[in-house]
Amino acid sequence: MSLAAHATPFRFRQPSALPGFGITFGFAVTYLSLIVLIPLGVLVVQASGLGLEGLWQTATSPRVLAALRLSFGVSFAAAAVNAVAGLVVAWVLTRYAFPGRRLLDAIVDLPFALPTAVAGIALTAIYAPNGWIGALLAPLGVKVAYTPLGIFVALVFISLPFVVRTVQPVLADLDREIEEASATLGASRAQTVARVILPALAPAVLTGFALAFGRAVGEYGSVIFIAGNMPFVSEIAPLLIVIQLEEFNYAGATAIATIMLAISFVSLLAINLIQAWSRRRFGHV
Amino acid sequence: MHPRRSPQRPSPLRLALACGLTLAATLLAAIPAGHAQRAPEVAITNVSYDPTRELYKAINEAFAKDWLARTGQRVTIRTSHGGSGRQARTVIDGLQADVVTLALAGDIDAIAQRAKLLPADWQARLPNNSSPYTSTIVFVVRKGNPKGIRDWDDLARPGVAVITPNPKTSGGARWNYLAAWAFELDRTKDPAKAKAFVEAIYLNVPVLDTGARGSTTTFVQRGIGDVFISWENEAHLALAEFGADRFDIVYPSLSILAEPPVALVDAVVDRRGTREVAEAYLEFLYSAQAQRIIAANFYRPSKPEAADPDDLKRFPDLRLVTIDAVFGGWAKAQAEHFADGGVFDRIYRPGGPFAR
Repeated sequence: MSLAAHATPFRFRQPSALPGFGITFGFAVTYLSLIVLIPLGVLVVQASGLGLEGLWQTATSPRVLAALRLSFGVSFAAAAVNAVAGLVVAWVLTRYAFPGRRLLDAIVDLPFALPTAVAGIALTAIYAPNGWIGALLAPLGVKVAYTPLGIFVALVFISLPFVVRTVQPVLADLDREIEEASATLGASRAQTVARVILPALAPAVLTGFALAFGRAVGEYGSVIFIAGNMPFVSEIAPLLIVIQLEEFNYAGATAIATIMLAISFVSLLAINLIQAWSRRRFGHV
Repeated sequence: MHPRRSPQRPSPLRLALACGLTLAATLLAAIPAGHAQRAPEVAITNVSYDPTRELYKAINEAFAKDWLARTGQRVTIRTSHGGSGRQARTVIDGLQADVVTLALAGDIDAIAQRAKLLPADWQARLPNNSSPYTSTIVFVVRKGNPKGIRDWDDLARPGVAVITPNPKTSGGARWNYLAAWAFELDRTKDPAKAKAFVEAIYLNVPVLDTGARGSTTTFVQRGIGDVFISWENEAHLALAEFGADRFDIVYPSLSILAEPPVALVDAVVDRRGTREVAEAYLEFLYSAQAQRIIAANFYRPSKPEAADPDDLKRFPDLRLVTIDAVFGGWAKAQAEHFADGGVFDRIYRPGGPFAR
């Protein structure tokens, strides 16, 4: 983001008070290549076995389209809900002192640490028609487990910490004096929140949203237990990849994976651009 | 100004390289000599599928004892379990399996074709199509059978919820699908009616789990569905585990003879020098002792005379058709029904019967 902030001409060595740019830059590039770029490159190479036409055919087959729409749509919805809910949780955790705050703070991280299959089994047990919450919802005609709604619940669960943990430090750094100044200058509480606090938090919330969205798109373990996995209804794109592998169709599997990768990359890039814009618009805190 | 090196004098680097190569060659030459004498301990890996955990735990123990008594060598058998197709893939991708014991011949075929780790005619190398035990597909219903399910046609009735895993991801589910198809084909002799029949059953499926154990959980723990199509051995295990007071097993009039095959992975045993013990392990599966263990673990033994008569009572007689007779073998059934765009995929297509 600092790229946009400084309009300095391109220079390879940024002057800095700290030494070691050459070594750390070399390490960063090597590390990123080994861990991220080369594996993803291999993925694209494997998918290219199908050719562009094959890739296009795979991408536009109705079942793949339905799965992609479901995966990205529900992930977007889950990340959006968590952008709001996570902000509220972070607000409560940073701005108020109450008994059990540390405990609540630790609980937020549980979805990070839990093996996803455990999350899936636990959520399914609760939201199945004979589960605690499922049994209450069933008389109302609301089915959660084995429907797209179940996928939504699972994705909300696993992506919550991303928003909370990105917003929390920014919120903690936000000076109370700014709010107090805003109040003394005659702003109402709503105005203070809308004009002063939210703009300052917007970049962090967007980062949290992007992380939550990225994680949700790739989520497999917790979703397959609760989804019901019905083609065209509750079949997520990662499951289609597994199905292709089960048919020993490596090219088909990597083709779907490549398509997901491309969509994710474009989405994250778009979010980054919005973020850069919002930073420029509202400035640094 | 560079000092010129004479071609006769090898550089220190080349010298070191040559020494290294000679040393390596000597070591390599020494290895086969070492094989003549049996090491005091040996370990082999058996890559198997999900519902055989309990079976191979008992078999491995018995074989280790038997091998020690016969040869004086200790043997450790590591068994890996998982979905049959996934297990085949890990072997193709390089898992060093000495033997594979999978749910479908098609999965071992894939190892033979794609990784060339064993010859294509592997299935002819051991008796009974290389299947030391068989199983079949039965129904598990809730106690007292409230929906009155007796046979496959009850599964196609509207209002009956059927639990079965996805045939695209589960080997067991492919047997389920083929058994239903064989039943209707036997009754009507009409492939079009068989297709409609199988479609009608899948219209009744509310949840497609990815594996047999997942489906067991959905039916048993989550209380979803009226009938659960299952391996016979899984059905007995579910009853033993979750209570015969909650579930009943229903035997349909006709089902399919499921032949889970076993095979030696030649490339691996030759590389590791474990051919002798791995071969003995597979042959042991056909022994009277192993056949008894097989029957006790709810698999149908290929030599029933060796098994405990009490165990055999749990396998009622029913008409069992074979995949070779009805579908022309695994390769054909796989290509026609389960491959990309096959019959199963066409059940779930936009505008198809499923899109209600």
